[in-house]
Amino acid sequence: MKEERDVLEKTVASDYKYGFVTEIDTDVVAKGLSEETIRHISTKKNEPEWMLDWRLKAYNHWLKMEEPKWPNVHYPTINYQDIIYYAAPKKKQTINGLDEVDPELLKTFEKLGISINEQKRLTGVAVDVVMDSVSVATSFKKQLAEVGIIFCSMSEAIQNHPELVKKHLGSVVPMTDNYFAALNSAVFTDGSFCYIPKGVRCPMELSTYFRINTENSGQFERTLIVAEDESYVSYLEGCTAPRRDENQLHAAVVELVAMRKAEIKYSTVQNWYPGDDQGRGGIYNFVTKRGICSGEYSKISWSQVETGSAITWKYPSVILKGDNSIGEFYSVALTNHFQQADTGTKMIHIGKNTRSRIVSKGISAGKSQNSYRGLVRAGKNALNARNYSQCDSLLLGDKCGAHTFPYIESKNNTAVIEHEATTSKIGEDQLFYCRQRGIDTEAAVALIVTGFAKEVMNQLPMEFAVEAQKLLAISLEGSVG
Amino acid sequence: MLSIKNLHASVEGKEILKGINLEVKAGEVHAIMGPNGSGKSTLASVLAGREEYEVTDGSVKFLGKDILELSPEDRAREGLFLAFQYPVEIPGVSTVNFIKTALNEKRKYHGEEPLDAVSFMKLMKEKMNLVEIDKSLLTRSINEGFSGGEKKKNEIFQMAMLEPKLTILDETDSGLDIDALRIVASGVNKLRDENRAIIVITHYQRLLDYLQPDFVHVLLNGKIVKNGTKELALELEEKGYDFIKEEQNVTSAI
Ligand SMILES: Nc1ncnc2c1ncn2[C@@H]1O[C@H](COP(=O)(O)OP(=O)(O)O)[C@@H](O)[C@H]1O
Ligand SMILES: [Mg+2]
Repeated sequence: MKEERDVLEKTVASDYKYGFVTEIDTDVVAKGLSEETIRHISTKKNEPEWMLDWRLKAYNHWLKMEEPKWPNVHYPTINYQDIIYYAAPKKKQTINGLDEVDPELLKTFEKLGISINEQKRLTGVAVDVVMDSVSVATSFKKQLAEVGIIFCSMSEAIQNHPELVKKHLGSVVPMTDNYFAALNSAVFTDGSFCYIPKGVRCPMELSTYFRINTENSGQFERTLIVAEDESYVSYLEGCTAPRRDENQLHAAVVELVAMRKAEIKYSTVQNWYPGDDQGRGGIYNFVTKRGICSGEYSKISWSQVETGSAITWKYPSVILKGDNSIGEFYSVALTNHFQQADTGTKMIHIGKNTRSRIVSKGISAGKSQNSYRGLVRAGKNALNARNYSQCDSLLLGDKCGAHTFPYIESKNNTAVIEHEATTSKIGEDQLFYCRQRGIDTEAAVALIVTGFAKEVMNQLPMEFAVEAQKLLAISLEGSVG
Repeated sequence: MLSIKNLHASVEGKEILKGINLEVKAGEVHAIMGPNGSGKSTLASVLAGREEYEVTDGSVKFLGKDILELSPEDRAREGLFLAFQYPVEIPGVSTVNFIKTALNEKRKYHGEEPLDAVSFMKLMKEKMNLVEIDKSLLTRSINEGFSGGEKKKNEIFQMAMLEPKLTILDETDSGLDIDALRIVASGVNKLRDENRAIIVITHYQRLLDYLQPDFVHVLLNGKIVKNGTKELALELEEKGYDFIKEEQNVTSAI
């Protein structure tokens, strides 16, 4: 039995093999945070007065706030004066071809099935070499413009669509919402903006992949998606390709607005650097993601596959304001080594006949800690609100932890809230059964984990799901390969 | 094909197998019978390479190779198949997916390309007919919520798909009704040929009626104490194991 356990340990003791750093010459604003820093960022970005005022207001509020201590995560104190808040990369080529890229990284790309051109873009091979990627993006943009969809960087949106930004920015996540949201509001550098006009069904999955200008969304990313009445959009954030970043703190904000009968499907694969097997380094990922179903019969669905970051602190939420609106949260969070994840969702039922569904799958390996934290609230007018939550944890080995913190608040007795939770281990019986069929331990673990996460994987758009599945396997891979 | 010599094995310091000798040639069907707790499943597990069982003495050769040196997965890829007494559930993993993974791992080991989707489907259809198994069962999570009969049928289906050289059926007949038993047995019979061998572990005569073994061995307290042909199985059915135990007492008394 011991031997089997050792094998299991070895299997999960994989390294993040994609660590690589590109030395890009950057246009940097000095370290530290002050009003001056913020003015500087705003000027650099050539922003209108109202945007600067908004940032400064957020900053002044942030000064009065305290970092949250309630998540089940532990990290050294962050020195906010030791962070560089603005660094725009100059377009300068540092790598000439893929033969200069870490071969381990290329192997990973291959396993993930990422195209050569995409590999070049991701590894920082000069963009002009990657003509295809750019032209693909341009042609997509044209196609989107034809149906009136706006899909651009947040910076462009502030310049070109100020009335839309003004109206919706901070409408779902107010600048005062929480410590990290306030910080983001003050210093965000870029992100995505997406507007789907009334009655339009977005003809393709919108992906940050296809948005030129995405290289510098930076550590304080800001995303806003607005879906007008009877529109539909599916948005993919991030990619399965590994991302290393020297900025330890990431505090993004994502806001979604779904009007009457609109539907937004938001899928994320998060694969930031998780730190090494001793728990050194790695990204602190403190994200605020929230959507509002503001119109009746609207729907917002979050799907996420989280395998990266040293610390993840993230609760994609839905405010169910419109009557008969629907909120969904599907999550797979995998932690290994010393990773810590405190993730979950909030479903705030305000309107009548609102429904929400939560499916959370936590996978813990190594010495990691994986917590699900979810709040379901039914307000007094949320008559006949329904929620169903399913939280399953899978443990690999016996040095990791899984925790579930469900919070339920119901202010009316017509609401029905159901919560189910299970914890299981990969059994030696399961491993032996697989091995007896010729499937080695590593492949067996991947198979079992994929099976465990299936319900969530099924929610992801097809190509994304295939990649995410490979990513899970790679994140648990041993020294082999 | 399989040559077991003086095999001793223990678990948690307790000796379970106490010197097993067995020769199995290609084309043969051997039955191993014996009361509960005599070590039948332990023998199967040791052959398949379950690591909690420690081999303390003896040797096992399979197709000329010392398989005690091989990992469980390599033994499987070499053509050893164990139909489990208690097949294991893997939530979210369908039999189709499971067996496809297994088949391709085996092919990779033998330097072959993975089977393409069309060939795989074709093979699956063929084997489904052979063991009279329903497609709907194969797309469900493997063994999860399966009835006893469905689990055993599923094991035989996997055997059919993997085409092993040596199959060990560990009480594949237990918990089956007459119809399921007939289907399972005829499935096994269809997979018999001169290049393959089968070891049937069972308590009962009824499976052997279908399979007609060439040899019958009685395992008692970790040792094979009697070898014979299918008539021995009939005798056991009639008299129970007691008469062998008595014989044993007599011999050990001498
Ligand atoms: N994993 C194990 N741990 C402890 N004892 C075991 C284990 N496996 C088998 N045994 C013991 O070995 C003996 C033989 O068991 P088994 O091989 O399952 O018998 P059979 O299959 O003939 O009924 C029994 O006494 C059983 O309790
Ligand atoms: Mg047994």
